[in-house]
Amino acid sequence: MGGSMFVAPEINYVALLPMIIVFVGGLVGVTVEGFASRRTRYAVQVPLSVATLVLALVALILLGQDNQGLTAADTVALDGVALTLQGLVLVLSILGLLAMSERFGGDQPDAFTQSGVSTPGSAEETLATKVGATTTEIYPLTLMSVGGMMLFVAANDLLLLFVALEILSLPLYVLSGLARRRRLLSQEASLKYFLLGSFSSAFYLFGAVLLYGYAGSMRFADIAAAITSGVGMDGLLVPGVLLVAVGLLFKVGAVPFHAWTPDVYQGAPTPVTGFMAACTKVAAFGAMLRVLYVAVEGARLEWQPVIAVVAALSMVVGALLSIVQTDVKRILAYSSIAHAGFILTGVVALDVAGVSSTMFYLATYGFMTIPAFAIVALVRSAGTEATLVDQWAGLGRRSPWIAACFTFLLMALAGIPLTSGFTGKFAVFSAAVSQGWAWLAVIGVLASAVTAYIYFTLVVQMWLGDEAGDTVVVRPSWMTSVAILVGVAMTLALGIMPSPVLDLAQSTAAFLR
Amino acid sequence: MNFPWLTTLLVLPLVGALAVSLLPKGTGLVRPVALGTALLTLAVGIGAATQFRFGGTGEGQFQLTEVYSWIPQFGVSYALGVDGISLSMILLGLVLVPICMIAAWDDVPAVGRRQHTYFALMLALSSMMIGVFAAIDVFLFYVFFEAMLIPVYFLIGVFGGTRRAKAATTFLLYSLAGGLIMLVAVIGVYLAGPRGTDGFLLSNLTGLDLSVEAGRWLFLGFFVAFAIKAPMWPVHTWLPLAAEQARPATSVLLVGVLDKVGTYGMIRFCLALFPEASRWATPAILTLALISLFVGAFLAIGQTDMLRLISYTSISHFGFIVLGIFAFTTVSQTGATLYMVNHGFTTAGLFLVAGMLIARRGSRDLRDFGGWQRVTPLVAGALLVSGLSGLALPGLNSFVSEFLVIVGTFQRHPWLGIISALGVILAAVYILVMYQKVATGPKPEGPELEGITDMSGREKWVVAPIIAAFLVLGFYPKPVLDLLEPAVEQSMQTVGVSDPATVVDTSANHSTEGSDH
Repeated sequence: MGGSMFVAPEINYVALLPMIIVFVGGLVGVTVEGFASRRTRYAVQVPLSVATLVLALVALILLGQDNQGLTAADTVALDGVALTLQGLVLVLSILGLLAMSERFGGDQPDAFTQSGVSTPGSAEETLATKVGATTTEIYPLTLMSVGGMMLFVAANDLLLLFVALEILSLPLYVLSGLARRRRLLSQEASLKYFLLGSFSSAFYLFGAVLLYGYAGSMRFADIAAAITSGVGMDGLLVPGVLLVAVGLLFKVGAVPFHAWTPDVYQGAPTPVTGFMAACTKVAAFGAMLRVLYVAVEGARLEWQPVIAVVAALSMVVGALLSIVQTDVKRILAYSSIAHAGFILTGVVALDVAGVSSTMFYLATYGFMTIPAFAIVALVRSAGTEATLVDQWAGLGRRSPWIAACFTFLLMALAGIPLTSGFTGKFAVFSAAVSQGWAWLAVIGVLASAVTAYIYFTLVVQMWLGDEAGDTVVVRPSWMTSVAILVGVAMTLALGIMPSPVLDLAQSTAAFLR
Repeated sequence: MNFPWLTTLLVLPLVGALAVSLLPKGTGLVRPVALGTALLTLAVGIGAATQFRFGGTGEGQFQLTEVYSWIPQFGVSYALGVDGISLSMILLGLVLVPICMIAAWDDVPAVGRRQHTYFALMLALSSMMIGVFAAIDVFLFYVFFEAMLIPVYFLIGVFGGTRRAKAATTFLLYSLAGGLIMLVAVIGVYLAGPRGTDGFLLSNLTGLDLSVEAGRWLFLGFFVAFAIKAPMWPVHTWLPLAAEQARPATSVLLVGVLDKVGTYGMIRFCLALFPEASRWATPAILTLALISLFVGAFLAIGQTDMLRLISYTSISHFGFIVLGIFAFTTVSQTGATLYMVNHGFTTAGLFLVAGMLIARRGSRDLRDFGGWQRVTPLVAGALLVSGLSGLALPGLNSFVSEFLVIVGTFQRHPWLGIISALGVILAAVYILVMYQKVATGPKPEGPELEGITDMSGREKWVVAPIIAAFLVLGFYPKPVLDLLEPAVEQSMQTVGVSDPATVVDTSANHSTEGSDH
């Protein structure tokens, strides 16, 4: 076989079917946007996108197991880790999509602007409101993003990883800017996310180029082999690894690459924030695990201390800054930064328990975050979301069930036993301690105690505060209810009976190389 | 014979809590159902106690054991079992819960669902209480240790006084911080052990061959949590605030039973898992115990708030208990464990009677009282009896335990024994000063005293069992001592210390578990 001749790679389309379904669903959604009438779009898009995700999940469950392996010239690795995380992304995105579709039966404005392209306050915006325009483009955008996430966790090649990164990110930038409430803030968030995201992508790309220069290949296996055999260009290796890591750490919102998180979480439409927080974390940590464990595991002495410091900083900064926040969405944003630190504690462990505990934590975090943001979207004052902590005062007396659910989720975020937050933390901390990172676990538990302060301040406000103003909890439709109930039920189940999911995580924690 | 006694004890109150919270609004059944559940649980608890063999069964340290795999991936088992110490603590809790419910009968008016919540939380708390003392899996213990914070948090935070939010949050953060540090030690001790699917079982973690350094770090991880819980100086500051803001019934369960988890944990985990480190830390801990003893006593003397005063007396008494545990003699440890039971009743008497006074006068401030033995002679009398129990009057319960602690400590550290005896004098001061300010003096006059009646029938039902316990434990402590001694000997054996040579072996009548087979 001559080196100059191009040989078309073998592609196992059956193995890729779940991703193909999602992308095709997204493209069909785009077509619907073009051809369906304004009135019918919502009625078509919601079932279409939910069905797409369910179908992809079914395909994944039925076909995934028997079609494991490397495909597309080894650039896609469909192994246990990839399949598990793809499944997790799909399940979480179904919940996230249900929460996004909430319209309160038309009684209350939904979370999305009626015309994303119009200038806030302009005549076009007024017109769009008048004709009853709705933003149904969120459905294809979400599907595209989900497809990118699924590819992200399976990419076994630096270039494909970059492509997947962009596929998952670009729709998210747009989605962040579509909030109905405080549109300027939302657009600002979108722009910040886009600029900082592009910046981090550039870092990633630069790192990828350095690694290519080092190993002469973009494939993870080749990079790993080059590190093992030692090719004598070590000056390229360490900067390459670290720059690639910057791109991935940005996506998970780890300190010091976290600056976008609070603004974007606050500005984005609330259900989008929930989707983004849960699913992006799964995807980005999945990709990070593969890069660090498969491609550059040999250079662990170089990157492990750096990741450990980033984990410690994320936990400390996320925890400390969360306690001065007065906005519920910002509290959850800083909490997500701290949680990124907790998950990194598992990543640092660098053994099988590191992979399984990270995957388990991602599941627990996803299932508590989506319902948390779904509930935030329900708490309203004068027709718009009331996100200030003060506005939540006395909520427990007015809507005890919703307040009880939120209290339970806050306890899970704080890591109280009998919630999934505890089992998740236990998993990552024990993985870290067993590999000699006890100091990281100590910082982790201290940070947990600090974050507990702000969660319980919120609990105090809800149950003990004097009822404030006209804050009400809007009665949700079945879609948000399902998202909340499934999330809360999973948070309880993973706290009390985590064994099946732990089994799954442990049995699928091996990478194909 | 394989009836799951402990699981039944654990589940019954939970079922009761669920039933109570599902009762319709405006029903009068909330309190009867809650009290009925608590009494039924107590009956089952007594049933469990009859199955317990005092001399040990010869089959390991714990009895009534139930062991099932729970989270094998983490090495966690659902494992319950009791020895004399844990059984006595469980029984103490089971007796105090119905008493507290009767005392709390009118705490919360039946408006909306508040009363439902109040009694459901109490029941949930009593379930956690049983779990934390019955767990013989370190992870399971930790789960109960943390989970029980939540009902207490809401009991203080929702139903407490004007500064309840601050009190509840302070309580929670102190406890969480200690607990989370313990979590790292919990993970560490598992990794140091045999690991595997049941690696958290206490029996698998006892007698580990730890390196000196690792053992000491892990010991500290556990000890800090227990010292906060107990509470010991200098991490005691959350208690006075919590006790002042909580309802007296809540304070009884918190201080009388739950805080015992601290001293219980020192015996069960610190001593049993890390004997070398326990001996290493003894001088420092004895010092802290003495400081607690005296700081608590002096601060109690200076208080004007009745509930704060009682909470400081508890800090002083916890100093005694810790002193007894770490003096490492059979006598002192038996005294300390007996003290844990006695202190529960004494605190219950003090808090609940103080609660009766506060409900009548509408003030916690001692300066608002005076001459009340002429206003409410029975309540004032109950306060005096409870106080006398607190200052360890011979013939009442605390005397036996305090005496044993001091004598036992004297055997090993004569000077410490002598110094600690001074604490008894201070106890007399703070108790008698409190009684004097409340009850003696001329009969007060004034509009705020209109319509105040003496002890009601319900309140007599609160006070009678407590005073009965004072007398029984004071005159005939033998059954409880028989229950405690084998467990104490086991603990002494694990730490690898024996009594100083000059001592008459008080345990000669009892065979240790090991010699049974």
